[in-house]
Amino acid sequence: MHHKLLLSLIAVAALSLGACATTKTETPEIDDQSVGAEAAGAGTEGAAEGQALDAGGDLLSKRRVNFEYDSSAIDDAGRAIVEAHAAYLVNNKNIRVVLEGHADERGTREYNLALGERRAQSVERMFKLLGVSADRIKTVSYGEEKPIAMDHDQSAWALNRRVEILY
Amino acid sequence: MKGLKALIVVAALLAGLSAPAHAILTIEITQGVEGGLPIAVVPFGSSAKALPPQDIGAVVAADLARSGRFTPLEAKDFVSRPTEDRQVVFKDWRIAKAEALVIGAVKPAGSGQWQVEFRLYDVFKEKQLAGYSYTVASDRLRAVAHQISDLVYEKLTGEPGVFSTRVAYITREKARRGFTYKLQVADADGYNPVTVLSSSEPLMSPAWSPDGTRLAYVSFETRRPVLYMQNIVSGARTKVAEFNGINSAPAWSPDGTRLALTLSRDGNPEIYVLKLADKVLTRLTTHPAIDTEPAWSPDGRELVFTSDRGGKPQIYRIQADGGSAERVTFEGEYNARASYAPDGRTLTLISGRGGRYHAALLHLSTAVLQTLTDTPLDESPSFAPNGRLILYATERAGRGVLASVSADGRVRQLLKLQEGDVREPAWSPFNRSTP
Repeated sequence: MHHKLLLSLIAVAALSLGACATTKTETPEIDDQSVGAEAAGAGTEGAAEGQALDAGGDLLSKRRVNFEYDSSAIDDAGRAIVEAHAAYLVNNKNIRVVLEGHADERGTREYNLALGERRAQSVERMFKLLGVSADRIKTVSYGEEKPIAMDHDQSAWALNRRVEILY
Repeated sequence: MKGLKALIVVAALLAGLSAPAHAILTIEITQGVEGGLPIAVVPFGSSAKALPPQDIGAVVAADLARSGRFTPLEAKDFVSRPTEDRQVVFKDWRIAKAEALVIGAVKPAGSGQWQVEFRLYDVFKEKQLAGYSYTVASDRLRAVAHQISDLVYEKLTGEPGVFSTRVAYITREKARRGFTYKLQVADADGYNPVTVLSSSEPLMSPAWSPDGTRLAYVSFETRRPVLYMQNIVSGARTKVAEFNGINSAPAWSPDGTRLALTLSRDGNPEIYVLKLADKVLTRLTTHPAIDTEPAWSPDGRELVFTSDRGGKPQIYRIQADGGSAERVTFEGEYNARASYAPDGRTLTLISGRGGRYHAALLHLSTAVLQTLTDTPLDESPSFAPNGRLILYATERAGRGVLASVSADGRVRQLLKLQEGDVREPAWSPFNRSTP
């Protein structure tokens, strides 16, 4: 598990070099902090093929990174989301971000509190590698105390194992 | 960042607020046991002019039945109903197949006080085993009934009863926006619930001080896990730890002078011990893995805790003054949140395998791990102060409920609220004022 995490971090570090180079261009400050907030499923309804969508913007609408059970490794889908937010934050230096780590209800509450923190730290590490300065990032864990899906099954648990990127 | 909503946190005085009726924990015996000691609890006598507000005999009979070690006889089968010593005819009770007999009476004692008398007899030896008289106010009658239950239990089993103890737990109810979380304390039979703290943000991990006057707990009222300690008599509370990261998993040392806790202020969760008198903090573990959920051995010499330093969460043991940690659990893929039995011979913990998490017992001398339940989402198991029962949280029909199982696995009970979830039960220590 740890090896996998390390490998993915190295991969991210490598990617981030490229990412930083391409996102160094100055972009106007965007005051609208509601960018993509909770706009889940944007553009899916009857979206015709070939519709021009800014890929970065689409990813910015996603603020949840999900995890495997008892794991804090960020998968490809999660990495794309983290990279998009990191790029945005690098270009908007006045914005501070809170990373909220969560766990599913299985196992014990205190262990899950620690697991939620580890997940938040894993996103934090990736943000730092991608150029977001440490003093702009805060992490907090809620463990299994704040589920977003209330059922007691695999699909609810998958949604609840998450880090929320809040800014 | 979105605007922070105002958080309402009210610390209520124990004497004051009590929860509405629907918030009372009701107890359902889901698995009884054959062969409990047959006992007759005769309805307590009272004078017609002044009826006492509590049916003491009924409370005693219910307590004894719930313990699983007694089978109270049906009052309708009683041939006689003695309320005083001179009215007892032992032959009546031998015919009824009662081995023990409890009688008593409640009389007004002036200025709102009541005098409660009770006697316990061995039916076959035709001998009184105990007899006491108490004078108390109306609001203490139920407590007296529990004291009588404790005396009967101890005389007949040789072990102390836990009927006068209390249980702390966390409730979660739907609110207009989000949820309301409460830390409550109720009698061991679910009655007299009192809200110690109410918050719109989660509350976690209540832990009793050994003298039963204080609770340590985790509150997210400032949107992060902060550790508090609260006197449940005065309601006064103090902040114990508010470092960066996690401040959680409080556990009082058996002598009450120290608090073990989990802090991640140095980057990842480690076990610390806080000396309460001088606030000196000692770090016990040093490992990049998760270390949390400390629990003291009854002699205060060592602690067990959960660590995933081996890849998966397992239980480890460490001396209270530090040193190297030794692994305790080897069976199963997930073992966490251990706590000691009062005699120090077993641990109760959550054991997970195949995606199911059961309350379990680990026998320390043999390393045998015994699963106690068949429910898949158990949490927070702990022993009753007499070691006879294990109380834990589980899920039933989509809701959080509490359940108890006798240490021998034979008697099972469910404790639930009419609405909302209840979780994280913590059994109080013995009530020191019990005679």
